[in-house]
Amino acid sequence: MILTNIETVPGMNIVAQYGLVTGSTVRAKNAIKDFGAGLKNMVGGELKSYTELLSEARQEAIARMQQQAIKLGANAVINIRLATSSVTVGAAEVYAYGTAVKVEPKG
Amino acid sequence: MNDILLLLILLVITYFTGTIIEKKHFESIRKREIALIKKPIVNFGAKTWNTNKKIKKIELVTGECVISGDYFKNFVASLKNLFGGRLTTFESVLDRGRREAILRMREKAIGANFIINTRIESVMINDNYGKESVPQCAIIAYGTAITYE
Repeated sequence: MILTNIETVPGMNIVAQYGLVTGSTVRAKNAIKDFGAGLKNMVGGELKSYTELLSEARQEAIARMQQQAIKLGANAVINIRLATSSVTVGAAEVYAYGTAVKVEPKG
Repeated sequence: MNDILLLLILLVITYFTGTIIEKKHFESIRKREIALIKKPIVNFGAKTWNTNKKIKKIELVTGECVISGDYFKNFVASLKNLFGGRLTTFESVLDRGRREAILRMREKAIGANFIINTRIESVMINDNYGKESVPQCAIIAYGTAITYE
């Protein structure tokens, strides 16, 4: 599956489009890691456990979007956008959306 | 009296830890940016970009970073907030976070010639958590990595 965040797939022609596909996820870390992050918050710097959390959430959101596209029979998702929002403290929401299309190599 | 003493101790400690962490972080960011200087990264898309070269691989690349200020920075910013003007202590924190996220994205695009249509998405995690809370910013950078044949 080809994923891009531009309007086309370079070197390929779009032969069919299946509309918008989306994937979203809300994830949280356990209380111990939240406490650790709270301490780290005082001294400053990167919060590694939250970065990990954000990375997992992003992977899952994109995977869900991909599953939807596969079900529709697409082989690429173009113009992907990622959006984040804060639901509560210590939880991350990542929302991914794009257009599912079928592409074929040029020529 | 005890409260003021505690506050002073906390401020002194977090001043030193914050400065050391920030200095180290900026050093590593600069080093990695110089190493990646030959790999261009642009934020326009396919509308204006065109090539006749054959493309081998197209890939979505992302980079994440969650960064927070420290207690001292927060204290200084809340004082400065009274008079207005630039909150330089937070500027450096956000700058670090964004550059780190972009660097992580570029480091994931191993072997790619360049990255187009870069987007940066950020959200404050605990800005609605009361006055005492230290701001944390979550940043995602993403783009399309292009590899020529």
